[in-house]
Amino acid sequence: MTAPPIFLEPLEVDALTELVNIGVSRAAASLRLMVGRQVLLSVPSVEVISRSAAATLMAEREIGRLVAVRQEFTGAFSGQALLIFPETNSLTLVRAVTGDELSDNELASLEEEALAETGNVVLNNCLATMANMLQRPLEMSLPGVLRDQSAHLFELDPAGGDAGVALFLYINFAIAERDIRGYIAVLMDLPSLDALKELVSEFITRVVGPEAEAGR
Amino acid sequence: MTSVLIVDDSKLARIVVGKAVTALQPDWTRLEAGNADEALALLESHPVDVLILDFNMPGKNGLELAEELRGRHPEMPIALATANVQDEVIARARAAGATFVPKPITEDALRGFLSGAALKLRATGS
Repeated sequence: MTAPPIFLEPLEVDALTELVNIGVSRAAASLRLMVGRQVLLSVPSVEVISRSAAATLMAEREIGRLVAVRQEFTGAFSGQALLIFPETNSLTLVRAVTGDELSDNELASLEEEALAETGNVVLNNCLATMANMLQRPLEMSLPGVLRDQSAHLFELDPAGGDAGVALFLYINFAIAERDIRGYIAVLMDLPSLDALKELVSEFITRVVGPEAEAGR
Repeated sequence: MTSVLIVDDSKLARIVVGKAVTALQPDWTRLEAGNADEALALLESHPVDVLILDFNMPGKNGLELAEELRGRHPEMPIALATANVQDEVIARARAAGATFVPKPITEDALRGFLSGAALKLRATGS
């Protein structure tokens, strides 16, 4: 794997990080309504790395099997957004969002659906905020639930391997008093990265003004 | 001369907040810091009347900084800027005497806080 090219200007990384921060902060507020407990967020990081490097980053943090809710998005830029948890947290999360009222059997039967819905709310909040701020609509697919080792979660196409670079937006969160932690990752391929770079640059011009940008 | 300190780890966010402050209070002096430690150092060396803090920053977050500064500056107008509208965050901001300002920051979002701060500063004669 060759080193990733230096792709985004520093102010573009800054702007993208801030967009993600605002999107994820809103997503956390929605998740807080669902679980009734405060959701704590890390400071997001935005990196252009290979998919295999993204998988390595996840594997360094989580050694066990993972469960992920994955949604495809298409529009001016396309890719996948993932809400990822350790598999051992999965039922605890479902218990948290269903309000502790269900039996273990009911919980198990609802697990997939509850995970998908949680992912849907969190990822949509995050992506919709970015789409609004970049002024380009994004279409979101229905969420799917995956269970696997980290390496496989980041494959764009199961048959296509892990070649190429990806934008890896990463933030982790924890739910107070629940011992639940998770990650949000967004993966895009190179053509989408180019489109996103252009939109972020337009966004910067819009909020900063052309005169200010020329001086930097 | 009123001076406002903008604390945010995002340079872009500082530019946006700075522009809104300039539009609403053109006579105010603006200072910027990229994290809580820089902010604390600036507060030692410069007079600051008003604070606008980002919540989610590396190191000390904006709420922790607001709580720490509130002890030393009981009357200083402080705003906490975040899109994280969780009850706990809003309640802690309120308890620290900080005004909650939603992100993304716009002139409209800052107007109420800044005019309130200007009134308060005039009333206390600083």
